[in-house]
Amino acid sequence: MFQIRIHGRGGQGVVSASELLSVAAFEEGKYSQSFPSFGSERMGAPVQAFARISDKNITIREPVMNPDMLIIQDPTLFQAVNVFDGAKTDGYLLINSSKTVEQLGIDEISSQYPKNHVMILPATELAVKYIKQPKPNTVLLGAFAALSHMVKIPALENAIRGKFAKKIADPNIAATTAGYNFVMNYLQQKTQKQGA
Amino acid sequence: MWNLSFCIGSSAAGARTYTATASQGLLYMMEAVYNASGLGLPIVMTLGNRAIGAPINIWNDHSDAMSVRDAGWIQLFVESNQQAVDVHNQAFKLAEALSLPVMVNMDGFILTHAITRVDLPEQELVDQFLPSFVPRQKLDTHSPLSIGAMVGPDAFTEVRYLAHHKQKEALTIIEQQAEEFAQMFGRDSGGLVKSYFTEDADIVFVAMGSVVGTLQDLINDLRSEGYSVGILSLRSFRPFPANAICNVLKNVKQVIVFEKSFAVGMGGILASEIHMATQRYADIQDMKISSVIGGLGGRTITKKSLRKIVEHAKNGQLDSEVFMDLEGSTVVRELKRQQHEQTSGPVAENILRDMGVVSASKTH
Repeated sequence: MFQIRIHGRGGQGVVSASELLSVAAFEEGKYSQSFPSFGSERMGAPVQAFARISDKNITIREPVMNPDMLIIQDPTLFQAVNVFDGAKTDGYLLINSSKTVEQLGIDEISSQYPKNHVMILPATELAVKYIKQPKPNTVLLGAFAALSHMVKIPALENAIRGKFAKKIADPNIAATTAGYNFVMNYLQQKTQKQGA
Repeated sequence: MWNLSFCIGSSAAGARTYTATASQGLLYMMEAVYNASGLGLPIVMTLGNRAIGAPINIWNDHSDAMSVRDAGWIQLFVESNQQAVDVHNQAFKLAEALSLPVMVNMDGFILTHAITRVDLPEQELVDQFLPSFVPRQKLDTHSPLSIGAMVGPDAFTEVRYLAHHKQKEALTIIEQQAEEFAQMFGRDSGGLVKSYFTEDADIVFVAMGSVVGTLQDLINDLRSEGYSVGILSLRSFRPFPANAICNVLKNVKQVIVFEKSFAVGMGGILASEIHMATQRYADIQDMKISSVIGGLGGRTITKKSLRKIVEHAKNGQLDSEVFMDLEGSTVVRELKRQQHEQTSGPVAENILRDMGVVSASKTH
């Protein structure tokens, strides 16, 4: 079972992102589950959402305590919430930021992850470019697909089309693809560098 | 109150009737809850289980369901979203067979707000399983009758006894219909009870609702570590399936009743009903029953905390009443405050302030 925890702030589409992941995994014939950290949701307040993907039926209902993939939609949360609580350092770390791990002050923890398991990308900037709104969730879903291979882009596309009308779905699918390409290009460049 | 009153009118007019509510909404229509069952109207209602205030709390527990446990409705609980689908189909069939209202309890947020895979039954099969509704009683201007007579001391006992009798009939019908459903749809969503790994278990959890899923996951781990633990999930709480429960528990040494609500001043509600059922059952002797109360007001139920309960039980250290994950120091601080200060102020605000929740107002 692959477990995902997404941290962000109210209004950033954290809950939608977990839902889309769950539906995309379902599209690929897997068992999946998603739910938010239930609360009175307010714009800007710290929010968490959870997703699980498995080949077998999922019965557990506790929040994701030990995520294989931690997605941070808003890096200002590093000061507010212990987002790393319980995170598996043999898993993955995906952060929305245009800063480096050193600038974010998380170089120590991120160095515990395996090579190419930590990914920082400017998802808000890409979201503004493609959907004209600072909602980084769908860019990060594309990045998730590239980093983890747990879902594929066509499944995410179907999930997005299922949830949103065409007018909203089209730019979000472009944003997802941009997130995917960003990570794939980064990983490719890294491999080329290592090869040279 | 309006909501269920409309349903009473709709059902009395002969229509298949459904509604849903939770928490304070249920309490607001409490009088109508009793009326729906007293009048024998086969309404189906989903209860997305939530806590009841005060203190104000919107999150999941079973306080709302337990507040209507004596209201005469059939009360079913589901463990998963798939069971929610399947049991709602059965709820209509059951309600209409008995001419009684049926409440399907599903955990608020944990199930009501989850996105997960479910198999939806085919319409044709559902139609076959659940034929058109023929009401046992119906208000009809062409053949007038009245429903809802005033009944005095001479007949009230008999009418109430028949309500109890009808619930006992449901014990058989629930099992029959669950079996019919399983045969038609190929999925066993449980009858009166559902048991997991109970055959050879020394320790058995008794629980209702979505916590059974987390317990299943835990027990898969524990079994591989050599623990002999099982789960008895109550799918029907009203009628209370005392015999079905005792048949499963009869050889068990230790029972842990886990519930998400309790009667203040008394303790676990399900736990005391289990006590009573096992006392009446001749084959049961020397069974230790512990009452564990957890998940109140949306408190996260973790596998880690449940595992600790099992470990305590195995070492013979589990008390007869346990509040899981209770912050003892917080409780002691407030008790001391009340002891030493005449005007210690409102409890909820005091505790929030102790915990550093900034929005709690200062009393002085």
